[in-house]
Amino acid sequence: MKKFIGNSLALAGLIIITIVLLAAVLAPFIAPYDPNFIDIESILIAPSYNHIMGTDGLGRDVFSRMLYGAQISLLVGFVAVGISTGIGIILGSIAGFYRGWVDSFIMRIVDVVLSIPSFFLILAVIAFLTPSIWNIMIVIGLTSWMGVTRLVRAEFLSLRGREYVMASEAMGSSDIKIILLHLLPNSMTPIIVSSVLGIASAVLVESGLSFLGLGVQAPTASWGNILTDGKEYIQFAWWLSLFPGLAILLTVLGYNLLGEGLRDILDPKNK
Amino acid sequence: MYYKNINLHSFILFLCLLLISCSQDKPVGSNYQNHYDKEDGGRLINAMTGEPSNLIAMIAGDSASSAIANNIFNSLLKYDESLNYAPEIAESWNISNNQKTITFKIRKGLYWADGEKLTSKDVMFTWKLVTNPDTRTPYASDYQLVKKASTPDPYTFKVTYEENYAPALDTWTSLHILPKHLLRNEDINNTYFSRKPVGSNYYILDNWKSGQQVSLTRNPLSINGKANINNLISRIIPDTSSQFMELTADNIDLMNINPIQFQRVFPSREDLRDKIDLYKELGNGYTYLGFNLKKEPFNDKRVRKALNFAIDKNEIIKGVLLGLGEPLSSPYKPGTRWNNTKLKPYPYDSNRALTLLNEAGYKKNKDGLLERSGKVLRFEILTNQNKQREMTAVIIQRRLKEIGVDVSIRVIEWASFINQFIKTGDFDVVVLGWSLSLDPDQFNIWHSTQQGPGQFNFLGYENKRVDTLLERGRLELDVSKREKIYHEFSDILLDDSPIVYLYAGYGLSAINKRVRGIKRLSPPAGIYHNSYDWFIPKILRRNEISDN
Amino acid sequence: MITYLIKRILWMFPMLIGISLISFFIMHLAPGDVTSTEASFNPKASEESRQKLREIYNLDKPVIVQYGLWIKRISQLDFGNSFASHQRPVLWQSKDKNGNITKGLIQEALPITLLINLLGITVIFSISIILGTLSAVKQNSWVDKSITLFVFIGFAIPGFWLALLLMYWTGVSNQWLPISGLHSLNYQNLSLFGQFTDLMKHLFLPVFVSSLSGLAGISLYVRNGMLEILNQDFITTARAKGLNEKKIVFVHALKNAILPLITIIGLSIPGLIGGSVISESIFAIPGMGKLFYDSVLMRDFPVIMGILTIGSVLTLIGNLIADLGYAWADPRIRKGITK
Repeated sequence: MKKFIGNSLALAGLIIITIVLLAAVLAPFIAPYDPNFIDIESILIAPSYNHIMGTDGLGRDVFSRMLYGAQISLLVGFVAVGISTGIGIILGSIAGFYRGWVDSFIMRIVDVVLSIPSFFLILAVIAFLTPSIWNIMIVIGLTSWMGVTRLVRAEFLSLRGREYVMASEAMGSSDIKIILLHLLPNSMTPIIVSSVLGIASAVLVESGLSFLGLGVQAPTASWGNILTDGKEYIQFAWWLSLFPGLAILLTVLGYNLLGEGLRDILDPKNK
Repeated sequence: MYYKNINLHSFILFLCLLLISCSQDKPVGSNYQNHYDKEDGGRLINAMTGEPSNLIAMIAGDSASSAIANNIFNSLLKYDESLNYAPEIAESWNISNNQKTITFKIRKGLYWADGEKLTSKDVMFTWKLVTNPDTRTPYASDYQLVKKASTPDPYTFKVTYEENYAPALDTWTSLHILPKHLLRNEDINNTYFSRKPVGSNYYILDNWKSGQQVSLTRNPLSINGKANINNLISRIIPDTSSQFMELTADNIDLMNINPIQFQRVFPSREDLRDKIDLYKELGNGYTYLGFNLKKEPFNDKRVRKALNFAIDKNEIIKGVLLGLGEPLSSPYKPGTRWNNTKLKPYPYDSNRALTLLNEAGYKKNKDGLLERSGKVLRFEILTNQNKQREMTAVIIQRRLKEIGVDVSIRVIEWASFINQFIKTGDFDVVVLGWSLSLDPDQFNIWHSTQQGPGQFNFLGYENKRVDTLLERGRLELDVSKREKIYHEFSDILLDDSPIVYLYAGYGLSAINKRVRGIKRLSPPAGIYHNSYDWFIPKILRRNEISDN
Repeated sequence: MITYLIKRILWMFPMLIGISLISFFIMHLAPGDVTSTEASFNPKASEESRQKLREIYNLDKPVIVQYGLWIKRISQLDFGNSFASHQRPVLWQSKDKNGNITKGLIQEALPITLLINLLGITVIFSISIILGTLSAVKQNSWVDKSITLFVFIGFAIPGFWLALLLMYWTGVSNQWLPISGLHSLNYQNLSLFGQFTDLMKHLFLPVFVSSLSGLAGISLYVRNGMLEILNQDFITTARAKGLNEKKIVFVHALKNAILPLITIIGLSIPGLIGGSVISESIFAIPGMGKLFYDSVLMRDFPVIMGILTIGSVLTLIGNLIADLGYAWADPRIRKGITK
């Protein structure tokens, strides 16, 4: 714990993430306006007393939309990473534990999925179905499990030869027991780190999809689509670019700092 | 060990070299206000979001291709400023007494850009090409109505229709005449001519840098004489925010802008207004909310009319277009003779909407939603990825919610939209637009025989009187009689309300002040109509020493 | 090890077939085909012509038949012609009977993308090695922290936001760099050197923006690698022997830290042909990203399959190199594989 506080960058990351989480959770309570409240009279007003982050092209309050947008960004991050990590842990453990042809088979599947550009898969699913938030989350999850699989497999392969594992096997423990009790807990470091970093990626991917018109759809607010809506008048309605841009930047930064900080702290190899 | 340091140093040096660029000479601000007489030469740069694919307009389907091809080729006729038919390749035309034959007299002394004479054989060749079943063109149907075509002499082209076809002359304004001597031995579907065309209009293709820009230069043999501006360059810039930046940095001369740029960005920037002029003109299309007439409850006229009253079109025009659009009451451009001025758009009247819905059997349930026989009035608006349509749908959703209708919105990518929903009839309500030709015929959209998959009466509209009117409208060549037919057609359509007219938006252009000769008050044919007459005074041109 | 290699290479053929099969079917999951494009909603356009087009492109046949036709062609290295770009060849140029050459789509888009990616990789690797080493050597100092912060911010900035801001700053407010495009209007008239500088000016922002996000990953990798090595016995021994500190860091340690980068290079190979559609749209660069994206939206199957095929071949090769790199670098895994 002391180490954590000592690592100031990781701490900074944690603080940022906490703020974003609070914003998302408290959105219904602190948002001054309904994020979907259209006010034709107040289109594109600069930040002012009534609208501290200004209004957008339909007169909706940007601050309120930013708060609800935080929910979306975090939801996309958590669910997508949950899916990818879940798949990665399962496949990676099996590959790393059983080795042999099981390992080869799984790794070939990894290769196959890696060969199809994730962008194509994401585009394919989202463009052809509705770009709904669930489709986005599932697709991002389904296209990013490969890295986790490799990591878990690598850890398992190297831990396999340890004495406590061999002792466990000698004692006749079941495979699942060994995986869950011995191997997995010792592989948690890369899993945790990659999950945290994965959340950051997912947030960025959502904003990229919004740019292409395939992100979260109207009228739901997301940081990505607020940013995209404002890109044509970046010189004029600077508030539509600045706030969501900064929010994405800080959130992704926060997760990355936290992730790398955790890696530093948890990894026994570092001094 | 040293190489890494050198790497960094040289990289920084490299960066510095890059940043030292010679700035282009740009004209001084005050020059823009002066008046100038017509001068020859100069270069106009505009931007396109998409790239042309094929400069043979009958084969290409996209607007980028036809935009470029329009500068290169001519048709038999064109529209003049006031939207009357005017000569182009044909100097005159005569309609026979039985109204089934048109005889076009071709102008003498016309040449193709490569020096060959342009005569009726080229027109005949083009007609044969477009009606040939092997030619992959989607636009053949109009020309297939000609049952016989002939060229009695090199300057006469005669077509005979099976039946009177009122839109005929309009169809001859959009068929680019192609050179027989260059295409007679070519496979029109695969010919290199599509990338290196030879035409007869003001410009010839100078250079086409795939993916980057298309450059046209003046055709000295143009059938209409020389254009003033020597060089037209269309830069391909897919992103409109990048286009806008290029416009404000004075790297392009004209672009289409959106309502916010028109109404909010420009008025707040005097520096931009000093260099760039804004133009607005009514376009040839309209945006609408269409009901799936084969689905409950949209088969009930009261429900459709009620929803029409419940939508505030002025609010949409104000919110989505910032006022830069007009409401409609008929499917025609306001200001043209086809527009029935006696018809008034549906006003916003939520009380009347509720009354009609009550009459149709809808009562508010305990959640505040309208319900009939246990079913809540709830539907999904489908639209494609178009910012304005999305915003419109959002505003409509809000208004309908107020009277107790539950509306959800779904935005779909175009090809999926057409195939999965429109073609199959699997939709409730759509927000879409029509871009119309100048001829009032709307047979393909509203006639009851046009409901097949892939055809355009996808809403499923059937009205016997409208069918008759549309059929008669195609046969009637007398303009005032035609007007009456289409006025009555619009009247019935407004009453039946198969669609809710949302708005006819303005086309908004921003054009650099160096371009002169643009008509401030846009004529019916639009400001681009006399673009060949525009000029750029020498003193306002960009630094072009190396080019000419 | 040799058997491992041979096994992997043999595996590639069935895998390529598997990948192409999956891609083909995913592609056909999409409703619609090339005849459903924007023009298809022009009331003047007829359904018969669309139907005819479908027949010519074999789109009316069952998917498995279409796949068979494609496999037959691709095995002869014939990538076919584009549906949406009026029969332009997908891969390499074709000559018609009059000697006119029509360039292939990938032929035109790939060089630009390769150039941008190679420039990007050079920038990323060179700067990352410097930053990573500095970070490791001065671990936990403010130098280390600022570098970490800087690369993380680089990763965290949404690319298109940064691109637009930079374009505005360097191109509109100040006329330092061109805003979009690949060449200036007077490109043909420039000398060879002039053309080179012109191209570099246009590519500066795109390369910068895309490299920025890559810096974080590699510099951290280098940093962690260096830290691990600097703690190892042979370094302590070298120090004990009294060797110059700079030499220890930059020669002995760095040499060992860079070896695993081979893994990364292997994994980057498939990425070389991929362009960012977002970046290419904003900067108006006609590269592979835009080509791919447009093809997907237009359902241009030959182009999509062409790009995916090339991509998968490169990915398989790249993965093999990466795995070999892992094994070489980490003896534990090598044991795990050969056991």
